[in-house]
Amino acid sequence: MSDTLPARAWATALSAIVRREAFRFWQQRARLLSALVRPLVWLLVFAAGFRAALGLSIIPPYQTYITYETYIVPGLCGMILLFNGMQSSLSLVYDREMGSMRLLLTAPLPRWWLLFAKLVAGTAISVIQAYAFLAVAACFGITMPWYGYILVLPALVITGLMLGALGLALSSTVKQLENFAGVMNFVIFPCFFLSTALYPLWRMAESSRLLRDICAVNPFSHGVELIRFALYGQVNWASLGWSLLAFALFGAAAVWGYDPARGMVRRKG
Amino acid sequence: MTRCLTALCLILGLPAFAGGEIWVTNEKDDTISVIDIDSLEVTRTIPTGERPRGITFSHDYSRVYICASDSDTVQVMDPETGEILHDLPSGEDPEQFVLHPDDRHLWIANEDDAVTTVVDTESRTVIAQINVGIEPEGMAVNEAGSIVITTSETTNMAHWIDTATHEIIANTLVDSRPRHAEFVKDDTELWVSSEIGGTVTVFGTESQEERAKITFEIQGVHPDRIQPVGFEFTPDGKTAFVALGPANHVAVVNAETYEVEEYILTGRRVWHMAFSPDHAQLFTTNGVSGDVTVIDVASRKPLKSIKVGRFPWGAAMRPGAS
Repeated sequence: MSDTLPARAWATALSAIVRREAFRFWQQRARLLSALVRPLVWLLVFAAGFRAALGLSIIPPYQTYITYETYIVPGLCGMILLFNGMQSSLSLVYDREMGSMRLLLTAPLPRWWLLFAKLVAGTAISVIQAYAFLAVAACFGITMPWYGYILVLPALVITGLMLGALGLALSSTVKQLENFAGVMNFVIFPCFFLSTALYPLWRMAESSRLLRDICAVNPFSHGVELIRFALYGQVNWASLGWSLLAFALFGAAAVWGYDPARGMVRRKG
Repeated sequence: MTRCLTALCLILGLPAFAGGEIWVTNEKDDTISVIDIDSLEVTRTIPTGERPRGITFSHDYSRVYICASDSDTVQVMDPETGEILHDLPSGEDPEQFVLHPDDRHLWIANEDDAVTTVVDTESRTVIAQINVGIEPEGMAVNEAGSIVITTSETTNMAHWIDTATHEIIANTLVDSRPRHAEFVKDDTELWVSSEIGGTVTVFGTESQEERAKITFEIQGVHPDRIQPVGFEFTPDGKTAFVALGPANHVAVVNAETYEVEEYILTGRRVWHMAFSPDHAQLFTTNGVSGDVTVIDVASRKPLKSIKVGRFPWGAAMRPGAS
């Protein structure tokens, strides 16, 4: 049936979902504040303490020595995308409990399109938050080349979509909102800590080869590196490839998970 | 063409086209690394005598003088070919020197002998040796060429030497381990850095009295690690860049108010510096990390760190062909 629907119907669905997400975000302005406070605490407290302990090094894309504060900025952008991606996608669990998702999923459009629209909406909010964080970081003297702020946009979008897709895939398995704490402990924290967000790979390798390997395959690491390179006007092709692959896999898992005939939605009833 | 390129670079916010080379002595490798200022890459590595430290060019850039400390000589090199033309009798353990404005006489600090040696580079003879304090190192000459300064690391003094009589005319106390000295502001001021004291002392040259003392403080860096060594001034004399040794930072000092305005992150144990010919970039030698950090002078941001030999020490600029 969806094949016969005009393109306008697809656009209407996308626009409605994005507007709903934007409205929800506007209603929860404290969410923006909390989204900024979390990475800023890391930047201004955690990074200050580790500045001398970690020492200095030159790794691509950097061409000279940098402070630890400068190093963790891309990782903290990734943190915003990760938390917001999870939060946005897991709001589907709330929608399911409240019944509004049933209405959404009964729309005469393919399930994947509805999920994609949800992803786009969540990513747009995430990207706005990431830019707000970069602006605050710049106020504290942690700046990037001016062109980096423009070129980072596609990197933020790709990473946001990838992490949002991961959230969608996970949300299809979460039965109740209370289980969000489990997702925090078993997904968000390992994703963040076992990545290049806080330490470069060579530093991880110094403590454990296994930890280094885990960090190297973590899709979140590749999202962070994609952002890091883009902030300096460069493309990390390997990270771009891995991020797109992870987006495809997580997206497919989400579509499968939300398929009433096959996925977890059906099993949970 | 060069002007057009420079203007274009400025508009685009890119490093300006400057041309020329930075010559860096590598203390542990017994070599000189030559950095091309346009490409910011090492284009030549030239062997020298043992433990090269101080380096300076003749006024027409046709010769480069190198303190080969452990070879107990000053070497004279052809910068085009990298060939050693001859050695000069420098006295033992020459560490730093200064070329007199007459472009002929080198004033050399002999660290182990507690003397300052004056060498005629044309006749290749020692024309005077002046007893100074223990472990002389920093050398400076005023624009008029009438006064030479030698700083003694252990005696903690700046010795004022009359170049006509080769006599010490004054001694001024500075903080512990003075390393480097420069006359500035049309010879009205003398700046002396003290490595262990962690200060730069400013003297008025008329009275030889202390005019100011500059101190440094970097958040997160222990005060013991803040050890000022080399410093360089912008052509207008309004800003000084002071290398802070193991603090791994260069301080930007307002030379009029003597206030520190900013600190710039560099490699490890930043020691001496040299400007590019257009003074748009500053090159710092970072001894422990074995590299040279390029600083954009206008934005006061580090642009790049370039790997050179082991323990880079001195730096000197050679302009490109115009």
